[in-house]
Parts: sequence; structure tokens; C-alpha cells
Amino acid sequence: MSFFFLIPIALLMGLAGLVAFLWALKSGQYEDLDGAAVRILIEDETPTRDEPAPPGNTRS
Amino acid sequence: MVSGMLTARSPLDLKAAELDLASAAVGAGERQIELVVPEIHCAGCIARIERALTTLPDVTEARVNLSTRRVRVRWRSATPPPVLETLAGLGFSAHAADVDRLAADPARSELLRALAVAGFAAINIMLLSVSVWSGADVETRQIFHWLSALIALPTLVYSGRVFFRSAWQALRRGRTNMDVPISIGVITAFALSLYETITHGPHAYFDAAVTLLFFLLIGRTLDQLMRERARSAVQGLARLAARGATIITADGEHIYRPIAAIRPGMRLLIAAGERAPVNAHVLSGASDADVSLLTGESASIKIGPGDDLFAGALNLSGPLTVEATSSAEDSFLAEMMRMMEAAEAGPSLYRCIADRAALLYAPVVHLTALATLIGWWSLGGDFHHAVTVAVAVLIITCPCALGLAVPMVHVAAARRLFAQGIMVKDGAALERLAEIDTILFDKTGTLTLPEPVLVSRHVSDAKASQIAAALAAHSIHPYARAIARTEPRVALPFETIKEQAGAGVQARLDGALYRLGRSAWASGAADGDEDAVVLTRDGAVIARFAFNAALRPDAGAAIQQLKFDGYTVEIISGDHVAPVENLARTLDLAAQARVTPGDKADYIARRTASGGKVLMVGDGLNDGPALMAAHVSMAPASAADVGRNAADFVFLREGLMAVPEAIHTARRAAQLVHQNMGLAILYNIIAVPIAIAGYVTPLIAAIAMSGSSILVVANALRIGGGKGAA
Repeated sequence: MSFFFLIPIALLMGLAGLVAFLWALKSGQYEDLDGAAVRILIEDETPTRDEPAPPGNTRS
Repeated sequence: MVSGMLTARSPLDLKAAELDLASAAVGAGERQIELVVPEIHCAGCIARIERALTTLPDVTEARVNLSTRRVRVRWRSATPPPVLETLAGLGFSAHAADVDRLAADPARSELLRALAVAGFAAINIMLLSVSVWSGADVETRQIFHWLSALIALPTLVYSGRVFFRSAWQALRRGRTNMDVPISIGVITAFALSLYETITHGPHAYFDAAVTLLFFLLIGRTLDQLMRERARSAVQGLARLAARGATIITADGEHIYRPIAAIRPGMRLLIAAGERAPVNAHVLSGASDADVSLLTGESASIKIGPGDDLFAGALNLSGPLTVEATSSAEDSFLAEMMRMMEAAEAGPSLYRCIADRAALLYAPVVHLTALATLIGWWSLGGDFHHAVTVAVAVLIITCPCALGLAVPMVHVAAARRLFAQGIMVKDGAALERLAEIDTILFDKTGTLTLPEPVLVSRHVSDAKASQIAAALAAHSIHPYARAIARTEPRVALPFETIKEQAGAGVQARLDGALYRLGRSAWASGAADGDEDAVVLTRDGAVIARFAFNAALRPDAGAAIQQLKFDGYTVEIISGDHVAPVENLARTLDLAAQARVTPGDKADYIARRTASGGKVLMVGDGLNDGPALMAAHVSMAPASAADVGRNAADFVFLREGLMAVPEAIHTARRAAQLVHQNMGLAILYNIIAVPIAIAGYVTPLIAAIAMSGSSILVVANALRIGGGKGAA
């Protein structure tokens, strides 16, 4: 009776996916799908606050 | 400089005050505003805007939304940062979105959540069901049925409430819609399956119930997304109504206040380029006013002390000090709104084709199921078997295909129109557009372009042309703007530039006096042609410009096409007789001139009463009641806010071909909807006898339902191809 383990595992995995989707929806990740697609093309010009930008990669 | 600047507050202050009015407090001393920036279109725009805005002092957050073409800005200070100026510096025009529309529509996320839950449940139950169908032993089957029930129950409660709520609302009002048979089918399928599971029966339909919800929710969600997209595109168009006004207090101070705060008797300042916020009486100043959106008159009118100004009139050339004669609620605009509400009853009585089909469908299906129950019971006497077969009939006839047939066609049609620059408010509008037989066009701004077009230009030399363009750049009058566009902008060393309201612009250059404006004023001699603009050097004419309200591109071809297709086409305008008749002759159409807003609506009501189905195409405030009264309505993007919100369709392109194209797509959609209905009926003719005979197992039900759904969706997608693409 291996499905006693397999079925709960399958259901939990599905549930995890569902929860992940609902969380993403709630945190506004579906608000701007077009924008999310093109934001990858934006170059980071300002270094993040914690880590200095690697030398040679700064433009102003 | 331009004389108006001396009395008005600086435009910078005004914009800050307007931003402050449009923003909302979001706690922690921060204020937030949403700006509509229609020109955002790429990653570069996002990066430039966000970088520029976040470096402004006090700004805590700036986030661009590319899908809705909006920017959200938060700041922490008493006065708003120069957001609009920064955007203008980058080359983007922006305006504030309405505060009351800030709240996101909860319907979309509710549908998406319901869809996600139904999808999760459908996949897992189907997984368990496939094992049962492929021959699980009794003990395993029993466990799988119980697991399915465990997953199906919360799904029905959570995802199903979308349908149950709508069905209940219809039933309570003594009506029926498509959601009633859907709800009954889903609930009985679940109830029977639960009973079968408890009594160790072999067949459970949990998968059918949940898959049905999943398919139908896909259709609902796409429909909702389509409508939302069209709505945000329409809201993204330039705002025309005034949000606030500059009030002159008793001690001469100028303050910017919201329109709602204006009371009759207050003194207001209307700068050149602003619209009158309420009805008003002019106290001092001289200017021209563009009232085309109010009355349909194409020529601007001269305004001076003693004249009355209606709310919504655009002040073109000089600042005016006026006394408000009404508050915002009593203004011309508000009166139009009231007339529109009164006229709205017409289209709201329309029942969409799916609900009309349900009216027939539900009783037939439910009676068939009842007859099956009675038939089997009286024949065999086994009540349990009779109930099982009757419920199988209900499940197999559950209008999955019907519920999906109509929205899928509408979504596909709306996508196609969207690509052509035409926004559709909802699916029912498409159905109504396919039914029309008469088309009424407004003239000013609808058949013609909203801005006057330079039709002829006689200049003595290149220098004169340059001077005319440079002088024209100092005025915001539509004629001046058109002249300024004829030459690349050059700064000439003018001295003492002065705009003479209602007449033109004058300046000195190299000792000579140049005047650009009405010929009577510029050359000192009556000319006869009131609409001509001339440039004079010391009184001698050196350039002459003629203007006309130009037809929209393709207007002729579009009208030809519509007449060829057999529609009755007429013009109904508020403008004077002469320009209307001119245009009517050019286009060879019947026309009525000087029609008041109320009479336009009445005329449509009369045609409707005599059995006509009218499409009204109009743009102005004066068309608002007519747009509401018509069976279906269309407006160009340049229309007044009120007109655009009232219209079922809004077209963004300049050309008028959008009208026949939209009708073509609507008719094609109607055709496909009817085909889909036919397919659904054909499916029932085949499936119902099998169900009545008692041969339907859960496996057959699942195959039949999925098959018919895929068939109608595939048929709906055919609208994307086909002929007639622009």
C-alpha cells in the first residue's frame, strides 16, 4: 500500500503550488505582467545599498 | 510675456495644488498619487521615469506599471514634489488618475483565486478518478472517492460561490440566468456522488463537478480581464473635465480649490487653456472659447465681459475673471449626467443572449431530468437507479459548452478589436452592435477631427513663414498651434510679445511690428473671411493661412462602406446649419443641424419606438444623453470624459474606418456565437438519449464535457483569423 505515502505527497505538492500562487497574487506580482516581462532588460545603474558595485561596472 | 501670467498664479503652483487634491494619504505622513502616463511603452521608459522620480527630494517610492501605463508615486512632505514637471522634462505627458478609481477591482483577484483553487482540485481529483476508471479494486476505489469528496467540498464552497451567488440573485428576483442550471448541475452531481460514496456505489462524479467549475471559471476570468483592460485603456486617455479651480477671495488672494467647493457668487480665475469648471458669468477679460464639446459648434466664439460661459467650455486665448452662477451639481455637465441617467433605461433592459438561451434551456433540461426520473421509477420501480440516471442527465446536459460558448467568442472578438485600437466595454455591447440597422453620426469631433487643420498657406517668403511659426508658438489657440507646427521651432529675438485675446499675437522684430491673427485686427481692414489668419508686417499682409475642420481620414470610405452594407446613415449635429449642410453634401447623407442634447436623445427614442436599432457615434458632452439612449454607442478617444464613459465602444485611431470594422467583427462574433449554440444543442441531441438510456458513466461524462468545451473554444478562436483584418 505505497499510495498511503504517495497520495498525501502528491496532494501536498499540489497544495504547495496553490499556496505559492495565492501568495504571489496577494503580494501584487500579477499587477503588471507586461512590466515584469521587460524589467529584466533594465540595467542596474545604482549599486544596492549594502554591497558596493564591482569595479568597472559603474556608469553614471 | 503673455499678459495672463501677471494675474494668475504661476503654473507650477497650480500643478502642485492639483496634485495635492488628487493624492490620497496612505499613513505614516505619506501621500500617494497615481498618474496616467499614456506614452510609457518600453523598459527604457520604466527605467528613466523611476530613476528620475526616485531621485526627487521627499519621494519615497515611484513604481511604473507598464500594463496600465500608470506611475504610482509616494512622497513625505506637505507640498507635492515636482512630479509632473520631471515627467514633462523626460518627454512624458501625465495627468492624475481619479482618486475614487484608485481602489483596485476586487472582482479580478477573487476570480483568479477561485480559478486557482478549482484548477488545483480538478487536477488532483482527475488523477484519482483516472485510477478508478482504469480498474481500482473496491477498497482503493472507496478511499479515492472519499479523498475526492474531501477535495471537492471546499472547492465547491470556495470557487462555486461565484456562480451560486449570481444564480441566487437571479432567482430571488424571479428571473433565471445561465448560472442557475450550472449551479443545479454542479450541486446535484456532488450530492449524488457523496451519496454513492457513502453507500459504496461504483460511480462518483466529483471530477465532473469540479472540472465544470474550472472550465467555466476560465471563461469568466478571461471575460473579466478583457473588460478591465478596455476600461483602463479608456481611463488612460487625457482627462478633459476640470478637477479644481482658482478662486479669488474677497481680499484678492488666489487659492486652488476642488470643484465641489465652488458656490454661486464666488469669483474665479480661468487661465488660457483651462476649462470652465461651472457655469459662470464673465466679469472681465477678453478671450475666445471653444464650446465644441458642449454644443457641437466648430468655430470658437468671442467672449467678453457680460457673456455667459457654460461649464466645460475651453478658454483659448486670455485669462478671464468670472463669477460662478452655479455650483458643480447644477452645472451644464451635471445636467447632462442627469439626462444620461434618465436615458440609460434603454440598453439596461437588454438581456444578453446567454441569459435568453438559459430561459429556454433550463426548463427543458430540468423537465427532461424529471421525466427520466419518473419514467425509470414507474418502469423499473428502483428509486435509487432512477435518481442516478436522472442526475446523470443533469450532469451531461450541464451547460458547460453554453457557458463557455458565448464569453470565449466575446473575449476573442474583443482581443481582435483591441489590436485594431477599438475598446469594447463588455460582451453584451458586441451582441447589440450586431443588431443595429441605423447609424447616427455627430459632426464636430466625430466625422471631423477635433482640431482644425491648416488647409492652405500663402507666404511671401521663407522668413515670413518662420516668423509666423515663431509668433504662433506664443499662443495656445488651436489655429496658432497648427501654424507653429509648420516650421521647426526657432527662437527669434522678438521684443514686447503680446497676445491680444480674441484677436491674435503681436511682437516687434528688427523695428517692424508683426501681427498674427484675425485679418480685421492684423491688417486693420475688414477681410470678409472670418476664419482666415494673416501675418502682417506694419499692417501689410505677408502671409495668409486658411483653416477648416477636416474630415477624419477614411470618413468618406467608411460612410460608403456602411451604406453599401445596407445601414441607414444620418448626421445629427448641434452645429450651425451651413457647416452641417456642407458636410452632408460632401458625404451625401441626410442631416439635422442645431439639435439640442435632449432632442438628440428624443430623436433616437422615437426611432427605437418605431422598431429601429440605433448606433450613435458621438464625442461631445451634448452627445452624452444620445449615447445612452441609443441601442449601442461609439465614441472617439478625443471625446469628452462623459461621452467616453457612456459609450460602449471607444476607438483610439483617427480614422473612421473603426466603425465599419467594429460592426464587421461584432457580426462575425454573433455568427460564431450562434454556431457555438448550435454545436451545444447538437451535443445535447447526441448525449441526452445516452444519458436517459442510463449508459452514462463518469468516464463518458468527463469525455463528453471536455470534448464539447474544447470544440466551442476552438470555434470561438476562429474569429482571430478570417477576412477583414485591418
